[in-house]
Amino acid sequence: MNDTAQAPANDERVKEISSFRKALIRPELGGIIGTIAVFTVFLLVAHDSGMFNSQGVMNWSIVSAQFAVIAVGACLLMIAGEFDLSVGSMIGFASMIIAIFVVSLEWPVWLAILVTFAVCITIGAINGYVVVKTGLPSFIVTLAFLFILRGFSIYLPQAIERKTTIGGIKAFAEDDWLAPVFGGKVLKGFFQWMGDVGIIGTFQNGSRAGQPLVDGIPMLIVWAVALIIFGHVLLTKTKFGNWIFAAGGDAQAARYVGVPVNRVKVLMFMFTAFCATVFATCQVMEFGSADAGRGLLKEFEAIIAVVIGGALLTGGYGSVLGAALGALIFGVVQQGLFFAGVENSLFRVFLGVILLFAVILNTYIRRIITGER
Amino acid sequence: MADPIIRMENIEKHFGSVIALAGVTLEVFPGECHCLLGDNGAGKSTFIKTMSGVHKPTAGTIQFEGEVMNFENPRDAIAAGIATVYQDLAMIPLMSVSRNFFMGNEPTKKIAGISFYDKDHADRVTMEEMKQMGINLRGADQAVGTLSGGERQTVAIARAVHFGAKVLILDEPTSALGVRQTANVLATVDRVRKQGIAVVFITHNVRHAMAIGDRFTVLNRGKTLGTADRGHITPEELQDLMAGGQEMAQLEGSLGGTV
Repeated sequence: MNDTAQAPANDERVKEISSFRKALIRPELGGIIGTIAVFTVFLLVAHDSGMFNSQGVMNWSIVSAQFAVIAVGACLLMIAGEFDLSVGSMIGFASMIIAIFVVSLEWPVWLAILVTFAVCITIGAINGYVVVKTGLPSFIVTLAFLFILRGFSIYLPQAIERKTTIGGIKAFAEDDWLAPVFGGKVLKGFFQWMGDVGIIGTFQNGSRAGQPLVDGIPMLIVWAVALIIFGHVLLTKTKFGNWIFAAGGDAQAARYVGVPVNRVKVLMFMFTAFCATVFATCQVMEFGSADAGRGLLKEFEAIIAVVIGGALLTGGYGSVLGAALGALIFGVVQQGLFFAGVENSLFRVFLGVILLFAVILNTYIRRIITGER
Repeated sequence: MADPIIRMENIEKHFGSVIALAGVTLEVFPGECHCLLGDNGAGKSTFIKTMSGVHKPTAGTIQFEGEVMNFENPRDAIAAGIATVYQDLAMIPLMSVSRNFFMGNEPTKKIAGISFYDKDHADRVTMEEMKQMGINLRGADQAVGTLSGGERQTVAIARAVHFGAKVLILDEPTSALGVRQTANVLATVDRVRKQGIAVVFITHNVRHAMAIGDRFTVLNRGKTLGTADRGHITPEELQDLMAGGQEMAQLEGSLGGTV
C-alpha cells in the first residue's frame, strides 16, 4: 500500500500510521464489517427469495428503521453513561395513552399526540432526575419504570375499555394534520413513476392494478433517517456533543471543568423517551390500534444495536452511525432469515453470535484507538 | 514583594464533628511556586478544595487579588482564575486530546444560525499548545488514553494556562509518575511560573518540592507548621516537619536515613 501520511512528530516512539489504517480504525468498523457480512450472506442464500425486490427491501428497511429510532436515543444515552431499560414499556405506555386519548376521551388526534409526547418526555426527565439526584445506577431506576409503565399500559385500557387492545384509531386520524407526520408515506409520486417505468413491480390485477407494490416511504423510515442525522451531528459536531462524551467518560472530571453533567444526562433521558414515543406513535398511526404488549424487549434490542455499533457499555465512547448500522444488521438478519426460509427461532442464535463477534471486534478496535489496557 | 494574588486567612473546615482544618493561613504570590507539603490526612486536599471552590470554609476568608471571595462552586473559582489539576481526574482517556483540551470551553462557529463545535480551531490550538509544552502528538484526534501519565498532567496544565488561570493548583501531579515524567512535569511547572502564574504545588515528596519550590508550607493535623523560603530550610527539616518530628527521627534511624 502506498501511503502518503506525513509524520508530524519526531518522537521515535510515535509510530507512523498510514492514512488507510487511520480511516479504517474507527468506532463504526465493527458495524461496517457486520453490515457487509450479513448482506453478503443473504445475497448468497436468499437472492432469489424476493428479499431484494422492492417489497423485500421495504420489509427489512421498516424493521431496521424501527430498531434505529430507539437505538439513536439509547446510543446517545449510553455514551452519556446511562441506560434506559424502560424504553420498551415506554413504547407500550405511549401507544396506550394515545389510544385512550383518541378513542375513549375523543380528543383530536393531534392533541393526543402532543400530550403523549409531553407526558412521556416528562417521565424520561423523572427517570433522569432520580438517577442524577440519588446517584443510583440507571439500571435499577429504569428497571423500576420498566415495571411501572408496563403495569399502567395493561391496567389503564382494562380499567377504561375493559380490554387490552384499543383499536379504531384510523377513523379518527383520517383528517388530522399531525397524524400523517407519523403514519403517512412520502415520495408516493416517485414510487408511482418507478412502477410506471418498470423499475419496481406493480400490481397486475385487482382493484389496485397498475399501482406500484411499494407506494411510498413510510414516515417511520423518514424519522429514523432524521434522528440518525440529528444524533450524529449533535454528537460529533456540537459543543453539547462533547459534553455527552465527557459526562459518560468521567463525570467528575467533566464537572471539574464546568460541564453541566446532570443537565446533559437528564436531557439524554428525555431524548430517549422522545425516540420511544416517536416509535409508538408511528406504530399506532400505522396499525390504528394500541396493544398493552407493544414494545416488549425493545430496550434490549436497542442496547444490542448500540453495542454492535461500537459503543462502550460503560459510557464515554460510541457512534450514532454505528448504532444505525447495528439496527440495520438487526433488521436484515431478522427479516433475512424469514426470506431464506430458516426456522424463526434460529434468529436468536444468529443474533447472539453476531453480538458476540461484534463486541469482541469493537473492544479490539477501541483499545487501538484509546490506548486502553 | 508584590501583593499576594491569593490570601487564605485562618481557614477552618469542619466535617460534622471532625475538624479537618483548624485555621490555616497561606499567601501565594504571582510567579512563585508555593509547595504545600504534608503527610496523608494533614488536610492538604481539604485545603486546596476550599481554595478551588469545592468546599466552603466553615470560618476564615479567601482574598483573591485583594478582594474577599465567596466561591459557591468550582465554576466560580475557575471564572475568577483559579484552576485545579487533579491527579486522576485531569483528563478523560477515551476522548481525543483536543476534545479534552476544550472540554467545558468548546469553541463554536455559526453555520446558518446554528452553532457548531469548531473542530479545526480546536485541533489547531491544541497542536500549537502541545508543541510549546514539548509533547509531540500524532494528531489532535489522538485519544488521551494513549498518552503517558506525565503527558496527561502536562496537557491539563496547558489547558488551565490557556484558559487564563492566574493561580494553578496542582494536586500531587508527580506522585504516580516515573523519574523522567516527573522531570517533564516539573519543567512544565517552571515554564508556567515564568509566565507570572502562581502555582500551588501539593506533594508529599520532599525531593520534588525542593526541586521546584520557591516557598514551602507544611501542614500537619489541620494546622500550618510555618512557611519557609527556598534556601532557608533543608530537605531533612522539611521531612521532619511533615512527619511530626520525633517518630520520624526514630524510624529514619532504623532505615538508615534513606526515606
